[in-house]
Amino acid sequence: MIFDFNVIWESLPLYFGGVLVTLQLLLISLAAGLAMAIPLALMRVSKSPLVNFPAWLYTYVVRGTPMLVQLFLIYYGLAQFEAVRDSVLWPYLSNATFCACLAFGINTSAYSAEILAGSLKSTPPGEIEAAKAVGMSRFKLYRRILLPSALRRALPQYSNEVIMMLHTTSLASIVTLIDITGAARTVSSQHYLPFEAFITAGVFYLCLTFILVRLFKRAERRWLVYLAPRKA
Amino acid sequence: MYKLEVQDLHKRYGSHEVLKGVSLAAKAGDVISIIGSSGSGKSTFLRCINLLEQPHGGKILLNDEELKLVANKEGALKAADPKQLQRMRSRLAMVFQHFNLWSHMSALENVMEAPVHVLGMSKKEALEKAEHYLNKVGVAHRKDAYPAHMSGGEQQRVAIARALAMEPEVMLFDEPTSALDPELVGEVLKVMQDLAQEGRTMVVVTHEMGFAREVSNQLVFLHKGVVEERGCPKEVLVNPQSERLQQFLSGSLK
Repeated sequence: MIFDFNVIWESLPLYFGGVLVTLQLLLISLAAGLAMAIPLALMRVSKSPLVNFPAWLYTYVVRGTPMLVQLFLIYYGLAQFEAVRDSVLWPYLSNATFCACLAFGINTSAYSAEILAGSLKSTPPGEIEAAKAVGMSRFKLYRRILLPSALRRALPQYSNEVIMMLHTTSLASIVTLIDITGAARTVSSQHYLPFEAFITAGVFYLCLTFILVRLFKRAERRWLVYLAPRKA
Repeated sequence: MYKLEVQDLHKRYGSHEVLKGVSLAAKAGDVISIIGSSGSGKSTFLRCINLLEQPHGGKILLNDEELKLVANKEGALKAADPKQLQRMRSRLAMVFQHFNLWSHMSALENVMEAPVHVLGMSKKEALEKAEHYLNKVGVAHRKDAYPAHMSGGEQQRVAIARALAMEPEVMLFDEPTSALDPELVGEVLKVMQDLAQEGRTMVVVTHEMGFAREVSNQLVFLHKGVVEERGCPKEVLVNPQSERLQQFLSGSLK
Protein backbone atom coordinates (compact mmCIF):
# COMPACT_ATOMS: atom_id res chain seq x y z
CA MET A 1 0.00 0.00 0.00
CA ILE A 2 1.29 3.41 -0.87
CA PHE A 3 0.06 6.34 1.17
CA ASP A 4 -0.33 9.33 -1.10
CA PHE A 5 1.16 12.18 0.96
CA ASN A 6 1.18 14.60 -1.96
CA VAL A 7 -2.55 14.74 -2.27
CA ILE A 8 -2.93 15.29 1.47
CA TRP A 9 -0.24 17.97 1.47
CA GLU A 10 -1.98 19.81 -1.32
CA SER A 11 -5.34 19.50 0.41
CA LEU A 12 -4.14 20.84 3.74
CA PRO A 13 -5.60 24.33 3.15
CA LEU A 14 -8.97 22.68 2.60
CA TYR A 15 -8.58 20.78 5.88
CA PHE A 16 -7.57 23.89 7.80
CA GLY A 17 -10.63 25.64 6.45
CA GLY A 18 -12.54 22.63 7.71
CA VAL A 19 -11.01 22.97 11.17
CA LEU A 20 -12.29 26.53 11.34
CA VAL A 21 -15.78 25.45 10.31
CA THR A 22 -15.74 22.61 12.85
CA LEU A 23 -14.61 24.93 15.63
CA GLN A 24 -17.18 27.53 14.66
CA LEU A 25 -19.96 24.94 14.76
CA LEU A 26 -18.70 23.56 18.05
CA LEU A 27 -18.30 26.87 19.85
CA ILE A 28 -21.61 28.34 18.70
CA SER A 29 -23.57 25.22 19.54
CA LEU A 30 -21.86 24.81 22.92
CA ALA A 31 -22.49 28.43 23.86
CA ALA A 32 -26.13 28.26 22.81
CA GLY A 33 -26.50 24.82 24.38
CA LEU A 34 -25.09 25.85 27.73
CA ALA A 35 -27.17 29.02 27.80
CA MET A 36 -30.27 26.86 27.33
CA ALA A 37 -29.04 24.09 29.62
CA ILE A 38 -28.86 26.21 32.78
CA PRO A 39 -32.54 27.23 32.84
CA LEU A 40 -33.53 23.74 31.69
CA ALA A 41 -31.54 22.14 34.50
CA LEU A 42 -33.15 24.47 37.02
CA MET A 43 -36.54 23.44 35.67
CA ARG A 44 -35.53 19.78 35.89
CA VAL A 45 -34.82 20.03 39.62
CA SER A 46 -38.06 21.85 40.38
CA LYS A 47 -40.55 20.02 42.56
CA SER A 48 -43.45 21.57 40.67
CA PRO A 49 -44.59 19.23 37.88
CA LEU A 50 -45.75 22.21 35.83
CA VAL A 51 -42.17 23.48 35.67
CA ASN A 52 -40.42 20.14 35.62
CA PHE A 53 -42.50 18.35 32.99
CA PRO A 54 -41.81 20.58 29.96
CA ALA A 55 -38.08 20.36 30.61
CA TRP A 56 -38.29 16.61 31.15
CA LEU A 57 -40.21 16.19 27.88
CA TYR A 58 -37.72 18.34 25.99
CA THR A 59 -34.66 16.42 27.18
CA TYR A 60 -36.47 13.11 26.74
CA VAL A 61 -37.40 13.80 23.11
CA VAL A 62 -34.06 15.34 22.16
CA ARG A 63 -32.02 12.60 23.81
CA GLY A 64 -34.37 9.95 22.50
CA THR A 65 -33.89 10.73 18.80
CA PRO A 66 -30.73 10.57 16.72
CA MET A 67 -28.85 13.76 16.02
CA LEU A 68 -28.94 13.11 12.28
CA VAL A 69 -32.74 12.84 12.28
CA GLN A 70 -32.98 16.16 14.13
CA LEU A 71 -30.61 17.80 11.67
CA PHE A 72 -32.54 16.48 8.66
CA LEU A 73 -35.82 17.63 10.18
CA ILE A 74 -34.55 21.15 10.69
CA TYR A 75 -32.61 21.54 7.45
CA TYR A 76 -34.73 19.57 4.98
CA GLY A 77 -37.98 19.00 6.86
CA LEU A 78 -38.88 22.59 7.67
CA ALA A 79 -38.27 23.73 4.10
CA GLN A 80 -41.21 21.63 3.02
CA PHE A 81 -43.67 24.12 4.53
CA GLU A 82 -44.58 27.20 2.59
CA ALA A 83 -45.23 29.10 5.79
CA VAL A 84 -41.62 28.54 6.78
CA ARG A 85 -40.30 29.53 3.35
CA ASP A 86 -42.33 32.74 3.47
CA SER A 87 -41.42 33.61 7.04
CA VAL A 88 -38.85 36.13 8.18
CA LEU A 89 -36.80 33.24 9.54
CA TRP A 90 -36.28 31.69 6.11
CA PRO A 91 -32.95 33.40 5.40
CA TYR A 92 -31.71 31.68 8.57
CA LEU A 93 -33.46 28.35 8.15
CA SER A 94 -32.21 27.98 4.58
CA ASN A 95 -28.65 28.51 5.80
CA ALA A 96 -26.86 25.23 6.46
CA THR A 97 -24.54 26.70 9.12
CA PHE A 98 -27.46 28.15 11.03
CA CYS A 99 -29.43 24.91 10.84
CA ALA A 100 -26.47 22.83 11.95
CA CYS A 101 -25.76 25.16 14.90
CA LEU A 102 -29.43 25.11 15.83
CA ALA A 103 -29.65 21.33 15.73
CA PHE A 104 -26.37 20.82 17.59
CA GLY A 105 -27.27 23.50 20.13
CA ILE A 106 -30.61 21.88 20.86
CA ASN A 107 -28.97 18.49 21.14
CA THR A 108 -26.20 19.51 23.50
CA SER A 109 -28.57 21.64 25.58
CA ALA A 110 -30.60 18.53 26.43
CA TYR A 111 -27.57 16.46 27.41
CA SER A 112 -25.93 19.31 29.31
CA ALA A 113 -29.18 20.05 31.14
CA GLU A 114 -29.35 16.47 32.40
CA ILE A 115 -25.69 16.54 33.46
CA LEU A 116 -26.23 19.80 35.32
CA ALA A 117 -29.51 18.67 36.86
CA GLY A 118 -27.79 15.56 38.18
CA SER A 119 -25.05 17.71 39.59
CA LEU A 120 -27.56 20.09 41.21
CA LYS A 121 -29.40 17.18 42.78
CA SER A 122 -26.22 15.77 44.26
CA THR A 123 -25.43 18.99 46.14
CA PRO A 124 -24.93 18.01 49.79
CA PRO A 125 -28.22 18.89 51.56
CA GLY A 126 -26.28 20.25 54.53
CA GLU A 127 -24.78 22.99 52.36
CA ILE A 128 -28.27 24.02 51.27
CA GLU A 129 -29.44 24.09 54.88
CA ALA A 130 -26.46 26.19 55.88
CA ALA A 131 -27.33 28.69 53.15
CA LYS A 132 -30.95 28.86 54.31
CA ALA A 133 -29.85 29.17 57.93
CA VAL A 134 -27.82 32.32 57.24
CA GLY A 135 -30.89 33.87 55.65
CA MET A 136 -30.23 33.51 51.93
CA SER A 137 -33.19 33.97 49.62
CA ARG A 138 -33.91 31.23 47.08
CA PHE A 139 -32.36 33.32 44.35
CA LYS A 140 -29.17 33.87 46.35
CA LEU A 141 -29.08 30.21 47.28
CA TYR A 142 -29.04 29.26 43.60
CA ARG A 143 -26.71 31.99 42.47
CA ARG A 144 -24.14 31.73 45.25
CA ILE A 145 -24.22 28.10 46.37
CA LEU A 146 -26.11 25.67 44.15
CA LEU A 147 -25.06 26.77 40.67
CA PRO A 148 -21.38 27.52 41.36
CA SER A 149 -21.03 24.22 43.16
CA ALA A 150 -23.00 22.19 40.61
CA LEU A 151 -21.29 23.72 37.57
CA ARG A 152 -17.91 22.83 39.02
CA ARG A 153 -18.87 19.28 39.86
CA ALA A 154 -20.36 18.88 36.37
CA LEU A 155 -17.03 19.69 34.70
CA PRO A 156 -15.69 16.13 34.23
CA GLN A 157 -18.95 14.93 32.72
CA TYR A 158 -19.37 18.06 30.68
CA SER A 159 -15.90 17.65 29.17
CA ASN A 160 -17.11 14.31 27.88
CA GLU A 161 -20.15 15.97 26.37
CA VAL A 162 -17.96 18.57 24.65
CA ILE A 163 -15.79 15.88 23.07
CA MET A 164 -18.88 14.02 21.92
CA MET A 165 -20.14 17.27 20.40
CA LEU A 166 -16.85 17.79 18.58
CA HIS A 167 -17.36 14.44 16.92
CA THR A 168 -21.04 15.07 16.33
CA THR A 169 -20.24 18.20 14.31
CA SER A 170 -18.98 15.82 11.59
CA LEU A 171 -22.65 15.36 10.68
CA ALA A 172 -22.59 18.92 9.33
CA SER A 173 -20.79 17.58 6.27
CA ILE A 174 -24.02 15.85 5.30
CA VAL A 175 -25.83 19.17 5.01
CA THR A 176 -23.25 20.55 2.56
CA LEU A 177 -20.85 22.18 5.06
CA ILE A 178 -17.10 21.77 4.51
CA ASP A 179 -15.96 21.00 8.04
CA ILE A 180 -13.09 18.56 8.66
CA THR A 181 -15.20 15.62 7.54
CA GLY A 182 -16.57 17.67 4.65
CA ALA A 183 -13.02 18.39 3.55
CA ALA A 184 -12.21 14.69 3.76
CA ARG A 185 -15.24 13.81 1.68
CA THR A 186 -14.21 16.34 -0.97
CA VAL A 187 -10.66 15.02 -1.10
CA SER A 188 -11.89 11.45 -1.15
CA SER A 189 -14.21 11.96 -4.09
CA GLN A 190 -11.86 14.17 -6.09
CA HIS A 191 -8.90 11.84 -5.89
CA TYR A 192 -10.63 8.60 -5.04
CA LEU A 193 -8.39 8.17 -2.03
CA PRO A 194 -10.82 7.53 0.80
CA PHE A 195 -8.22 6.06 3.17
CA GLU A 196 -5.84 9.02 2.98
CA ALA A 197 -8.70 11.51 3.12
CA PHE A 198 -10.39 10.10 6.20
CA ILE A 199 -7.29 9.15 8.14
CA THR A 200 -6.22 12.77 7.84
CA ALA A 201 -9.62 13.87 9.14
CA GLY A 202 -9.18 11.42 12.02
CA VAL A 203 -5.81 12.92 12.90
CA PHE A 204 -7.31 16.41 12.95
CA TYR A 205 -10.10 15.29 15.27
CA LEU A 206 -7.58 13.55 17.49
CA CYS A 207 -5.51 16.73 17.81
CA LEU A 208 -8.59 18.81 18.64
CA THR A 209 -9.70 16.24 21.22
CA PHE A 210 -6.26 16.34 22.78
CA ILE A 211 -6.43 20.12 23.09
CA LEU A 212 -9.93 19.97 24.58
CA VAL A 213 -8.90 17.36 27.12
CA ARG A 214 -5.97 19.50 28.17
CA LEU A 215 -8.17 22.57 28.51
CA PHE A 216 -10.63 20.70 30.70
CA LYS A 217 -7.83 19.29 32.85
CA ARG A 218 -6.69 22.86 33.44
CA ALA A 219 -10.22 23.97 34.24
CA GLU A 220 -10.58 21.11 36.72
CA ARG A 221 -7.31 22.00 38.39
CA ARG A 222 -8.54 25.53 38.75
CA TRP A 223 -12.15 24.98 39.81
CA LEU A 224 -12.18 21.53 41.34
CA VAL A 225 -9.14 21.65 43.61
CA TYR A 226 -11.48 21.52 46.55
CA LEU A 227 -12.43 17.95 45.67
CA ALA A 228 -8.89 16.84 44.96
CA PRO A 229 -6.77 15.13 47.61
CA ARG A 230 -4.87 17.60 49.69
CA LYS A 231 -1.42 18.43 48.38
CA ALA A 232 1.40 17.53 50.72
CA MET B 1 -37.15 41.09 77.64
CA TYR B 2 -36.18 37.83 76.06
CA LYS B 3 -33.77 37.55 73.16
CA LEU B 4 -35.36 34.38 71.96
CA GLU B 5 -38.66 32.97 72.99
CA VAL B 6 -40.23 29.76 71.77
CA GLN B 7 -43.74 29.00 72.99
CA ASP B 8 -45.51 25.66 72.97
CA LEU B 9 -43.82 24.22 69.90
CA HIS B 10 -45.45 21.17 68.30
CA LYS B 11 -44.06 19.06 65.51
CA ARG B 12 -45.11 15.76 64.02
CA TYR B 13 -43.94 13.45 61.28
CA GLY B 14 -47.10 11.92 59.85
CA SER B 15 -49.07 10.86 62.88
CA HIS B 16 -46.00 10.57 65.09
CA GLU B 17 -45.73 13.57 67.35
CA VAL B 18 -42.09 14.34 68.09
CA LEU B 19 -42.56 17.64 69.92
CA LYS B 20 -45.54 18.00 72.22
CA GLY B 21 -45.43 21.61 73.27
CA VAL B 22 -41.87 22.61 74.06
CA SER B 23 -41.12 26.13 75.26
CA LEU B 24 -37.90 27.95 75.87
CA ALA B 25 -36.90 31.49 76.71
CA ALA B 26 -33.40 32.92 76.53
CA LYS B 27 -32.37 36.26 77.97
CA ALA B 28 -29.28 38.03 76.72
CA GLY B 29 -26.22 36.08 77.80
CA ASP B 30 -28.08 32.89 78.57
CA VAL B 31 -26.47 29.62 77.59
CA ILE B 32 -29.11 26.94 77.43
CA SER B 33 -28.13 23.32 77.02
CA ILE B 34 -30.70 20.89 75.69
CA ILE B 35 -29.99 17.28 76.52
CA GLY B 36 -31.88 14.07 75.95
CA SER B 37 -31.51 10.69 74.34
CA SER B 38 -31.66 10.07 70.59
CA GLY B 39 -35.17 10.56 69.29
CA SER B 40 -36.17 12.85 72.14
CA GLY B 41 -36.72 15.65 69.61
CA LYS B 42 -33.95 17.96 70.73
CA SER B 43 -32.39 18.50 67.29
CA THR B 44 -35.83 18.79 65.72
CA PHE B 45 -36.70 21.46 68.27
CA LEU B 46 -33.59 23.46 67.46
CA ARG B 47 -34.20 23.15 63.71
CA CYS B 48 -37.77 24.35 64.14
CA ILE B 49 -36.55 27.58 65.70
CA ASN B 50 -35.12 28.79 62.37
CA LEU B 51 -37.68 26.86 60.37
CA LEU B 52 -35.31 24.34 58.82
CA GLU B 53 -38.09 22.03 59.98
CA GLN B 54 -41.69 23.11 59.84
CA PRO B 55 -43.43 23.03 63.19
CA HIS B 56 -47.17 22.33 63.44
CA GLY B 57 -47.88 24.73 66.24
CA GLY B 58 -46.25 27.29 68.46
CA LYS B 59 -44.75 30.75 68.41
CA ILE B 60 -41.21 31.91 67.77
CA LEU B 61 -40.11 35.38 68.86
CA LEU B 62 -36.76 37.03 68.38
CA ASN B 63 -36.28 40.25 70.35
CA ASP B 64 -40.07 40.35 70.87
CA GLU B 65 -40.66 40.23 67.13
CA GLU B 66 -42.94 37.34 66.34
CA LEU B 67 -42.19 35.24 63.28
CA LYS B 68 -45.41 35.25 61.28
CA LEU B 69 -46.46 31.73 60.40
CA VAL B 70 -49.18 30.30 58.18
CA ALA B 71 -50.27 26.68 57.90
CA ASN B 72 -50.04 24.81 54.62
CA LYS B 73 -52.62 22.17 53.70
CA GLU B 74 -50.92 19.45 55.76
CA GLY B 75 -51.00 21.74 58.79
CA ALA B 76 -47.27 22.45 58.85
CA LEU B 77 -46.38 26.06 59.52
CA LYS B 78 -44.30 28.09 57.13
CA ALA B 79 -43.22 31.69 57.16
CA ALA B 80 -45.94 34.06 55.99
CA ASP B 81 -43.31 36.49 54.80
CA PRO B 82 -40.11 34.97 53.37
CA LYS B 83 -38.34 38.31 53.81
CA GLN B 84 -39.06 38.30 57.54
CA LEU B 85 -37.83 34.71 57.83
CA GLN B 86 -34.61 35.54 55.99
CA ARG B 87 -34.04 38.53 58.23
CA MET B 88 -34.64 36.49 61.37
CA ARG B 89 -32.46 33.64 60.17
CA SER B 90 -29.63 36.06 59.52
CA ARG B 91 -29.79 37.04 63.20
CA LEU B 92 -29.99 33.43 64.43
CA ALA B 93 -26.75 31.78 63.46
CA MET B 94 -26.64 28.01 63.39
CA VAL B 95 -23.75 25.60 63.83
CA PHE B 96 -24.42 22.10 62.55
CA GLN B 97 -23.34 18.65 63.64
CA HIS B 98 -21.75 17.98 60.25
CA PHE B 99 -20.34 21.52 59.88
CA ASN B 100 -22.04 22.05 56.50
CA LEU B 101 -19.36 24.35 55.19
CA TRP B 102 -19.74 25.24 51.52
CA SER B 103 -17.28 22.84 50.00
CA HIS B 104 -16.37 24.91 46.94
CA MET B 105 -15.27 27.87 49.04
CA SER B 106 -12.14 28.31 51.12
CA ALA B 107 -12.46 28.84 54.87
CA LEU B 108 -12.17 32.60 54.38
CA GLU B 109 -14.78 32.64 51.61
CA ASN B 110 -17.13 30.59 53.77
CA VAL B 111 -16.94 33.16 56.54
CA MET B 112 -17.26 36.16 54.19
CA GLU B 113 -20.13 34.79 52.13
CA ALA B 114 -23.15 35.65 54.23
CA PRO B 115 -21.97 39.05 55.52
CA VAL B 116 -21.40 40.16 51.91
CA HIS B 117 -24.32 38.48 50.19
CA VAL B 118 -26.96 38.50 52.91
CA LEU B 119 -26.13 41.52 55.04
CA GLY B 120 -24.74 43.55 52.13
CA MET B 121 -21.46 44.35 53.86
CA SER B 122 -18.57 45.61 51.74
CA LYS B 123 -15.97 43.00 50.76
CA LYS B 124 -13.25 44.90 52.58
CA GLU B 125 -15.14 45.06 55.85
CA ALA B 126 -16.22 41.42 55.57
CA LEU B 127 -12.64 40.37 54.95
CA GLU B 128 -11.45 42.13 58.09
CA LYS B 129 -14.26 40.62 60.08
CA ALA B 130 -13.65 37.13 58.69
CA GLU B 131 -9.96 37.28 59.51
CA HIS B 132 -10.77 38.52 62.99
CA TYR B 133 -13.17 35.67 63.73
CA LEU B 134 -11.00 32.98 62.13
CA ASN B 135 -8.23 34.21 64.35
CA LYS B 136 -10.49 34.14 67.37
CA VAL B 137 -11.41 30.48 66.86
CA GLY B 138 -7.77 29.65 66.14
CA VAL B 139 -7.89 28.66 62.46
CA ALA B 140 -6.51 31.80 60.83
CA HIS B 141 -3.59 29.78 59.47
CA ARG B 142 -6.04 27.62 57.48
CA LYS B 143 -7.98 30.48 55.88
CA ASP B 144 -7.15 29.49 52.30
CA ALA B 145 -7.85 25.80 52.81
CA TYR B 146 -10.96 24.11 51.46
CA PRO B 147 -13.21 22.29 53.93
CA ALA B 148 -12.31 18.85 52.59
CA HIS B 149 -8.66 19.59 53.36
CA MET B 150 -9.27 20.43 57.01
CA SER B 151 -9.76 18.27 60.08
CA GLY B 152 -13.21 18.00 61.61
CA GLY B 153 -12.24 20.24 64.50
CA GLU B 154 -10.91 22.89 62.13
CA GLN B 155 -14.03 22.68 59.99
CA GLN B 156 -16.29 23.10 62.99
CA ARG B 157 -14.30 26.09 64.20
CA VAL B 158 -14.56 27.65 60.73
CA ALA B 159 -18.31 27.00 60.92
CA ILE B 160 -18.42 28.79 64.27
CA ALA B 161 -16.46 31.71 62.76
CA ARG B 162 -18.99 31.74 59.90
CA ALA B 163 -21.80 32.00 62.45
CA LEU B 164 -19.98 34.70 64.44
CA ALA B 165 -19.32 36.82 61.35
CA MET B 166 -23.06 37.43 61.14
CA GLU B 167 -22.87 38.95 64.63
CA PRO B 168 -26.07 37.14 65.51
CA GLU B 169 -28.45 37.80 68.39
CA VAL B 170 -28.60 34.13 69.29
CA MET B 171 -26.42 31.20 68.26
CA LEU B 172 -27.93 27.76 67.80
CA PHE B 173 -25.61 24.76 68.12
CA ASP B 174 -26.89 21.42 66.88
CA GLU B 175 -24.69 18.74 68.48
CA PRO B 176 -21.55 20.59 67.40
CA THR B 177 -19.12 17.99 68.71
CA SER B 178 -20.96 14.76 67.92
CA ALA B 179 -19.21 14.17 64.60
CA LEU B 180 -15.74 14.82 65.98
CA ASP B 181 -12.98 12.51 67.19
CA PRO B 182 -12.65 12.63 70.97
CA GLU B 183 -9.36 14.49 70.74
CA LEU B 184 -10.92 17.22 68.57
CA VAL B 185 -13.94 17.75 70.81
CA GLY B 186 -11.94 19.78 73.29
CA GLU B 187 -10.82 22.45 70.84
CA VAL B 188 -14.42 23.12 69.78
CA LEU B 189 -15.78 23.11 73.34
CA LYS B 190 -13.06 25.56 74.35
CA VAL B 191 -14.18 27.98 71.64
CA MET B 192 -17.79 27.62 72.74
CA GLN B 193 -16.87 28.21 76.35
CA ASP B 194 -15.06 31.43 75.38
CA LEU B 195 -18.15 32.57 73.52
CA ALA B 196 -20.33 31.85 76.53
CA GLN B 197 -18.02 33.86 78.76
CA GLU B 198 -18.26 36.81 76.36
CA GLY B 199 -21.94 36.88 77.14
CA ARG B 200 -23.28 35.54 73.87
CA THR B 201 -26.73 34.05 73.90
CA MET B 202 -26.54 30.39 72.96
CA VAL B 203 -28.85 27.43 72.67
CA VAL B 204 -26.86 24.23 72.55
CA VAL B 205 -28.11 20.74 71.81
CA THR B 206 -25.39 18.54 73.22
CA HIS B 207 -24.28 15.23 74.61
CA GLU B 208 -21.39 16.83 76.45
CA MET B 209 -22.50 16.70 80.09
CA GLY B 210 -19.36 18.50 81.20
CA PHE B 211 -20.18 21.44 78.95
CA ALA B 212 -23.82 21.42 80.04
CA ARG B 213 -22.82 21.49 83.69
CA GLU B 214 -19.92 23.92 83.61
CA VAL B 215 -20.80 26.37 80.86
CA SER B 216 -24.54 26.64 80.56
CA ASN B 217 -26.78 28.43 83.02
CA GLN B 218 -29.96 26.61 82.04
CA LEU B 219 -30.53 22.99 81.31
CA VAL B 220 -33.47 21.47 79.49
CA PHE B 221 -33.97 17.73 79.51
CA LEU B 222 -36.19 16.57 76.67
CA HIS B 223 -37.82 13.19 76.67
CA LYS B 224 -40.26 11.94 74.03
CA GLY B 225 -41.05 15.46 72.89
CA VAL B 226 -41.75 17.02 76.27
CA VAL B 227 -39.57 18.89 78.73
CA GLU B 228 -39.11 16.42 81.60
CA GLU B 229 -36.97 18.67 83.67
CA ARG B 230 -35.34 22.07 83.49
CA GLY B 231 -33.37 24.35 85.71
CA CYS B 232 -29.90 25.24 86.86
CA PRO B 233 -27.59 22.60 85.38
CA LYS B 234 -25.56 22.08 88.53
CA GLU B 235 -28.65 21.32 90.58
CA VAL B 236 -30.48 19.32 87.95
CA LEU B 237 -27.51 17.15 87.04
CA VAL B 238 -26.47 16.51 90.63
CA ASN B 239 -29.92 15.95 91.93
CA PRO B 240 -32.28 14.89 89.13
CA GLN B 241 -35.91 14.73 90.16
CA SER B 242 -37.49 12.74 87.36
CA GLU B 243 -36.87 9.05 86.93
CA ARG B 244 -36.17 9.58 83.22
CA LEU B 245 -33.32 11.95 83.85
CA GLN B 246 -31.89 9.68 86.54
CA GLN B 247 -31.90 6.84 84.02
CA PHE B 248 -30.40 9.04 81.33
CA LEU B 249 -27.62 10.25 83.59
CA SER B 250 -26.79 6.84 84.97
CA GLY B 251 -25.91 5.84 81.42
CA SER B 252 -23.31 8.56 81.09
CA LEU B 253 -20.01 8.48 82.95
CA LYS B 254 -19.93 12.27 83.43
